[in-house]
Amino acid sequence: MGYEPQQDFGTPEARSEVSVTLTIDGRKVTVPAGSSVMRAAAECGGAIPKLCASDNLEAFGSCRMCLIEVEGMRGTPASCTTPATEGMVVHTQTPRLEKLRRGVMELYISDHPLDCLTCSANNDCELQDAAAQVGLRDVRYGYEGANHLGLTTDSSNPYFDFDPSKCIACSRCVRACDEVQGTFALTIDGRGFASKVSAGQASDDFLSSECVSCGACVQACPTATLQEKAVKEIGKPERAVVTTCAYCGVGCTFRAEMRGEQLVRMVPWKDGKANHGHSCVKGRFAWGYGHHKDRITSPMVRETIDQPWREVSWDEAISFAAQRLGAIKAQYGARALGGITSSRCSNEETFLVQKLVRAGFGANNVDTCARVCHSPTGYGLKTTFGTSAGTQDFDSVMDADVILVIGANPTDAHPVFASRMKRRLRQGAKLIVIDPRRIDLVRSPHIEAVYHLPLQPGTNVAVLTAMAHVIVTEGLADEDFIRERCDWDEYQDWARFVSEERHSPEVLEAVTRVPAADLRAAARLYAEGGNGAIYYGLGVTEHSQGSSTVMAIANLAMATGNIGRRGVGVNPLRGQNNVQGACDMGSFPHELSGYRHISDEATRALFEADWGVTLDPEPGLRIPNMLDAAVDGSFRAIYIQGEDILQSDPDTHHVTAGLKAMELVIVHDLFLNETANYAHVFLPGSTFLEKNGTFTNAERRIQLVRKVMEPANGLEDWEVTQALANAMGLGWSYTHPSEIMDEIARLTPSFASVSHTRLDAEGSLQWPVNEAHPNGSSIMHVDGFVRGRGKFVVTEYIPTDERTGPRFPLLLTTGRILSQYNVGAQTRRTANNVWHEGDVLEIHPADAENRGIRSGDWVHLASRKGETSLRAVVTDRLAPGVVYTTFHHPETQANVITTEFSDWATNCPEYKVTAVQVTPTNGPSDWQKDCAEQSARARRIAPE
Amino acid sequence: MERQSEPAIRIVVDLQRKVLEIIAVRLGEEAPLLPILHDVQAAFGCVDEAAQTTIADALNLSRAEVHGVVSFYHDFTSSADLRPALHLCRAEACQARGVERMVAAAEAAAGQRVELKTTYCLGLCSVGPAARVGDGLHARLDETGLVKLVQSL
Ligand code: SF4
Ligand code: SF4
Ligand code: SF4
Ligand code: FES
Ligand code: FES
Repeated sequence: MGYEPQQDFGTPEARSEVSVTLTIDGRKVTVPAGSSVMRAAAECGGAIPKLCASDNLEAFGSCRMCLIEVEGMRGTPASCTTPATEGMVVHTQTPRLEKLRRGVMELYISDHPLDCLTCSANNDCELQDAAAQVGLRDVRYGYEGANHLGLTTDSSNPYFDFDPSKCIACSRCVRACDEVQGTFALTIDGRGFASKVSAGQASDDFLSSECVSCGACVQACPTATLQEKAVKEIGKPERAVVTTCAYCGVGCTFRAEMRGEQLVRMVPWKDGKANHGHSCVKGRFAWGYGHHKDRITSPMVRETIDQPWREVSWDEAISFAAQRLGAIKAQYGARALGGITSSRCSNEETFLVQKLVRAGFGANNVDTCARVCHSPTGYGLKTTFGTSAGTQDFDSVMDADVILVIGANPTDAHPVFASRMKRRLRQGAKLIVIDPRRIDLVRSPHIEAVYHLPLQPGTNVAVLTAMAHVIVTEGLADEDFIRERCDWDEYQDWARFVSEERHSPEVLEAVTRVPAADLRAAARLYAEGGNGAIYYGLGVTEHSQGSSTVMAIANLAMATGNIGRRGVGVNPLRGQNNVQGACDMGSFPHELSGYRHISDEATRALFEADWGVTLDPEPGLRIPNMLDAAVDGSFRAIYIQGEDILQSDPDTHHVTAGLKAMELVIVHDLFLNETANYAHVFLPGSTFLEKNGTFTNAERRIQLVRKVMEPANGLEDWEVTQALANAMGLGWSYTHPSEIMDEIARLTPSFASVSHTRLDAEGSLQWPVNEAHPNGSSIMHVDGFVRGRGKFVVTEYIPTDERTGPRFPLLLTTGRILSQYNVGAQTRRTANNVWHEGDVLEIHPADAENRGIRSGDWVHLASRKGETSLRAVVTDRLAPGVVYTTFHHPETQANVITTEFSDWATNCPEYKVTAVQVTPTNGPSDWQKDCAEQSARARRIAPE
Repeated sequence: MERQSEPAIRIVVDLQRKVLEIIAVRLGEEAPLLPILHDVQAAFGCVDEAAQTTIADALNLSRAEVHGVVSFYHDFTSSADLRPALHLCRAEACQARGVERMVAAAEAAAGQRVELKTTYCLGLCSVGPAARVGDGLHARLDETGLVKLVQSL
């Protein structure tokens, strides 16, 4: 693709079914009623000059550039604010209009530095375009008058500059921040000639303001006033490739804009169905890690983990690994080998890794990092609805009337979706938040939850059952829906169960600490407030009752008839870009792609015929079991693609013991991560910019990842897996990931009609895509549940075994923040660190005061499993008795604290509840210092 | 983190309490922002950044929004100016009656001692040029009269 900015139609698309026909400059145009004349003109190719309008913002009508004449109407109205009407006759080019426009333009230009030729936006500037369009040649006002040319540039944001001397006060940036992002960080300061854009208050710059660096204002700015630093440094891009963000499960698509082989900027793609042209700080700006000095691009091996690494050729590394894998298999059998796939990698790569394990290693010891996040979603939704996926697309939230957010923090973890949700909330939808912490959604500019239920960590099931109690006992259940769509007998069992007095909000208040009156009111609102939509995250799944909570959520949705249409549904917010995909691709030890059990003979036969091997009918080991088996000595070798289990998995000491006990650990990653300290083979990985493939986001949307530059390490990740497979004698011959997708489609009914060719032509597809759903499925369970009848499951609240006591009196829960991503391997290697340099412990003022702790102090955090130290922040976001931290930084290793407890059904670890004690201290703990030393030693690379 | 000395903290806390009291009185009103800003301006002679932040938080607005409103209206200032002030009308009628020719002299007389502010129409168009000092209105000013008025402050 060449470099053409995407067309801007000036005002948003009108949604009306009714259409109107008008005549513009002699041409007849038909548009949906409610479209502006400006949009109608743009749609028939006759662009009207404009400065303050943009098609992602409501029309504003301030710049007076877009004037038109309408027959039968007096004056010269602005086309951006004039709706198109039936039979209207419009002229956009008349001598009178030209004169008016030129006059307006002269005024703008007289207060604008005329250094176009040296300006970084030269040829990519709407002011320049508009000046050319109106034929401006000279400026009658001269440049001596009062102007803003002396103002200085604000370069406080690490990624973009604000140069007010070039500002034309169109307020597009302010409106983008308000309407698109919903942060309200910008304003117009002053009025009249003195007006200028200001971030925050007078003493603020962009960095100290409320700005979250989403980039929407930079995108909206028609001039070089707000511009990416990289454009100034590298120059204007020359070509663009559309690809998909590799951070979170929202799955935003971007134009990667290139100059030569250099990436200049990532610009959110307006046609992206998940993001509609919006982005967050991670996808938009935090992509520089691929060139960080820590990136490893050469394969490395070593005999033992106390030796330094030795850089070797790809051939040597691959045969070193293959030979050892073969030897271990010969000596200990196929079940001594295993692999871990990554939710950060593509569908194709993940599929190949599980194929290598099942067909090459010869057993089913394959698992994925989704084990530690959304495995309960898989179990819970499959059991109740029949398929392991969210029921809606993101746009569905625009039809919701009541939004229930439980155990998720969308403004930090799923920012682009959160912006859409906030837009809907500003339109009047009601919000209920169930979370131990007062997350930003509970109250932030122009958003306020009607009910915030600050439950005690670990009591999700009790709260949801109490809500069900209210719905059933107060007669709010949608019995027509239930009779028609669900199993009525099971419903009755469930209804009897939840109606028991011991499940009333009043009785459960002692356990949940949620005021019963609030809980009752919230339950009524969800049941009766119109379309009710539930969004949940890891605060639901990462518990000993994670699967029960997911089923309790599904029960609520079915009981109130909130499933199977737009505006309702059950929506897991997936943490990583490809969690959905990794699960779909057969990464679990008991399932082949498309969630089909390995013990199912017919399915196995299909794969056996295609792959020419015999598959083990027994499910393999899950990650925690692999580690246990390693300590026992029966599990000997592992291939880990793109996951740092040592930092991200719970109970760090146990993971270390497991890794240490193995004979062969192969790590395939961008960086020498914490796990690699215990590895024998390091296979350098490629970034998402360096490979082809697909990711599947949280709404089941499959989107292409396109290669924009050559892999710095020489090979795309699927090529590395293929080399390893072939060194083990598997004889694979894929030449492009599209062939892997063809194989997936051939073997997986829900993907039957997916191909790269179709994705390229159609932009994206939401599975299932097959004969029954030729164009994919945006909403699921519309005409009935995938499993037939919806299943109500009785969810008994069982308190976790993790209890507070005299030694560990506080409950620790964990989460993440906007600017960092999970273990931080990428984001810590970008300028995003200005927003979050280290993990901190949030603690309530009462608990802090008891212990003599002030904000900024070092504190010692200990559980029965381990201890670490970090700095404290005193805040009343949390209830007394609860503390909170993030897990982005390896220096903190928050997971040394978390326990071995896990979800009863899926082993998903209980990250969200750990009993701890907090005491003042004066710096990092001895263990942290040892760890830092050990890592430094393990990362040594031998000189050539 | 630097710790402020005790008395300074107390003053900050007292001011904030006063702002919160003003907000509490108005909070139920239809559009409380402007009335609150007026009350705070009247009580403190300005709406400084700390007060803006408190107001933003109470009304669930962003700091930027409140700052935008404070900077838009001439009635509000973000830092207290303790100098005496004269508001000189420079709107159309007073312009027609020659106010612009008197500005330089008034500025010279004001120097740094008096705050000379511009206002637009005091409702005295037929008897302009006009000015306001506190609640007192002054009409039919000529250059000498204006300079004297400034000097008298
Ligand atoms: S980057 Fe985003 S949050 Fe920051 S000012 Fe611009 S639009 Fe607002
Ligand atoms: S910074 Fe850009 S978008 Fe914002 S008002 Fe100025 S010119 Fe318009
Ligand atoms: S919201 Fe998620 S997918 Fe979108 S840009 Fe941010 S990290 Fe990437
Ligand atoms: S584009 Fe219509 S007034 Fe600015
Ligand atoms: S114009 Fe000066 S008082 Fe009206």
